[in-house]
Order: sequence, then C-alpha cells, then structure tokens
Amino acid sequence: MTAVASGPPVTAPEFVPGAPPPASLAADVWRGISRENPVLVQFLGMCPTMAVTNTLANGFAMGIATLFVLVCSGLLVSLFRKYIAHEVRITAFILIIATFVTLADMILAATFPTISKALGPFMPLIVANCLLLGRAEAFAAKVGPVRAVADGFGMGMGFTLSLSLLSAIRELLGRGSLLNHDLLGPRFEPWVFMVMPPGGFLTLGIALLGLAFIIEIRRRRARRAA
Amino acid sequence: MSNLAWIFVSTLLVNNFTLVMFLGLCSFFGVTAKIETAWRLGLANTFVLLLTAVGAWVLNTYILAQTPFLRTIAFIVVIGSGVQITEMAVKKYFPVLFRQLGIYLPLITTNCAILGLALFQTSRHYNLAEALAFAIGAGLGLTLALSLMASIRERIEVADVPVIARRMGLVLVIASCLSMAFMGFAGMGSAP
Repeated sequence: MTAVASGPPVTAPEFVPGAPPPASLAADVWRGISRENPVLVQFLGMCPTMAVTNTLANGFAMGIATLFVLVCSGLLVSLFRKYIAHEVRITAFILIIATFVTLADMILAATFPTISKALGPFMPLIVANCLLLGRAEAFAAKVGPVRAVADGFGMGMGFTLSLSLLSAIRELLGRGSLLNHDLLGPRFEPWVFMVMPPGGFLTLGIALLGLAFIIEIRRRRARRAA
Repeated sequence: MSNLAWIFVSTLLVNNFTLVMFLGLCSFFGVTAKIETAWRLGLANTFVLLLTAVGAWVLNTYILAQTPFLRTIAFIVVIGSGVQITEMAVKKYFPVLFRQLGIYLPLITTNCAILGLALFQTSRHYNLAEALAFAIGAGLGLTLALSLMASIRERIEVADVPVIARRMGLVLVIASCLSMAFMGFAGMGSAP
C-alpha cells in the first residue's frame, strides 16, 4: 500500500525517517490484535484497563470509545502529517486526540447515559492514554491515511478484546453475572474482591503469567524439536 | 481546616491515586525499576500537580463556566504548557536533575494522574485551598506508591523467581498486594 499524497505532488518516493516497514493492510490490522496487543504485550493504556473493567458493559464501552478515537485521530494525524511542524507535533496530536475524545464523550452521554455515568472522569481521561499518542507519533504521522486507519482499527480491536476479556472474568467472579444476567445462580457467593481495585491488578497479573507460561512451553517444545 | 486535612489524608492513603484509583499507572510500571528515579519522578509529578491544580481552578472559575464541553481540551493544553515550562525551568536551573529525569519529564504530560486531578477536582467542586490540599495529597501519594514499588522491585532483581514471572506478571501481582494493603485504609471513609 503506497502512501496517498495529500499535499503537494511528490516526484521522488516518500522517505520518512523511522517509518514502519511496508506491510499489507491485513497485517497492519492483525498486528494490533496479536503480536503488538496494546494491553497484553505493550502495557499501554493501563489506567483505563484497570479502572473500568469491573463490569463487561463498562470495559466494552471503553474499548469501543478508544477504538473510535484511535481510528479518527489516526486518519487526521496522517492527513495533516506534512503540514504539522516537527517542534509542535506532540501538542498538535494531543489537540486532535482531545477533540475526538470530547466527541466520543458527548456521543456516549447521549446514547448510553448509565454507562457514561459509570465511566465518569475516565471517559475524558482517554486523552491521557499513552496508546493514542504512541500510535500517532510512531505510526500515523509516518504513513498514508489508509494504513493509519488500518493500524488504529487493529490496535483498537486488540484493546477492546483485551478489556472485554478482563472485564468478563472480573464481572463473572465478582458478581456471578455477565452484562447483568445472573449466570452462576443463587448458590454462588460473589467474590467481591475481583471487582475492587486489587482484583484488577490480580486478574491482569494472572492473565500475563498464563500467557508467559504458554509462550515458555512453546519455546521449550520448539527447542526439544530442534 | 479539618476538611483540608481530611482531603489530604484521604487522597494520600484511602484513595491513593495510583493503587486505588488507577491513575498514573504508566509511570508506576515503567519508571519503578530504581528507587532514586522513582521518588524524584514522584516529586516532579507533585510539582506539576500543584501547577495544574491552580491552572484548572482558574480555568474553571473564570473561563469554562459557560463552555463545559471545552474542558478536556483546555485542561490538556494547560497541562502540556505547564510541563513544558517545568522542563525549561529544570533544564536551566537544575541541569543535573534534568539529566537524571531524561525522557520521563516530558512524558508527565500524558500521565493520567495530572489530567485526572483536574477532572476530579472539577467534578467534586473543590475551592482553591481544597484543590491545593488535593494536589499535595495526590502528589505525595504518587511518590509513596512509586517508592514502595521501586523498593520491592530492587529486591526482586536479585531474587530467584520462576522464568514465567520474570516480566510484568509478577509486578502486577505485587501491585495487587500493595493495593490490597491500601484498601485497609478504606474503613476510614471516603472524601466528601
């Protein structure tokens, strides 16, 4: 996928220092979900990951809102990448991100007021999510708009999936329910610890230990086969 | 006065910004490998938190009353410029400290603790004195959490842990235990 020229026509092939290597669109999307998963591999955007994953609805809403901001800000940053002066780029990126976060905040408040109230200040706090600035700086500012959108979509999907997984575990164990539907029956004693702050750290910690365990087993098996 | 003291204690211990409210986790996990960097970053954060508290209060009282939808954008611009000013001042007057903090100084801009302080201060309708007590409590609480974590991680460096726990997994489980310890303060109540 070549970069679509959005400014003055360029004759020589575009060269941007530190640009990501060319890849297919599917690879751009898949990378965010798997090998460069923002939560499970890169540990970016930890604050919303921990703070809002006490119920599945909250975690999913936060994931989708972040996906929306990632895609829109990626598109805009990529379109304007040739006009933003290098010295003020961080401020410009933050302003673009803040605009879309405000938009997402208002849309959520208008459509799902209960979720919006539950998320509270964590919705505007998406601005300070390092994932957004990180993708704008490392990817969107260096590639064409199509790739930037694909990358934003992949990262957003990876973020949404991880958040949904964590919040499903925490809600199921902490309340015995999923999306407010009682699943484990009246004889289940809710493990309240899981929906409280330490439960968030513990759930992600155990998920990471499990992931490391699987990777380690695969590594040993590969070494034995070799 | 007792109200101010209560806000301070509540933010420092009961609702510790990092361990109970989940704000500023990036630096909590990223910068806690060494105790010296950890507490210095904590103090730099405290300074920016104080600047932000004053800036957000001025914005809220005099400018943003009519246009609440501009709040997020206005706050982040104030924080960005505040961090820039801090960075230039530290570079000029404390060059040694500037070299020690390195990249972590500009990264304070995207520390959610700073923006979180401004937003919580707004939603709780604090006046200037309360906002300052809130900022000092938050800053010292952040410094406390960073130092605790860094001390534990320095010990773990030399310990023999299983292969699968050598990366972030163990750190998160430790954070969970720390958070559990801080929840012991919850019996003291919560901020008004």
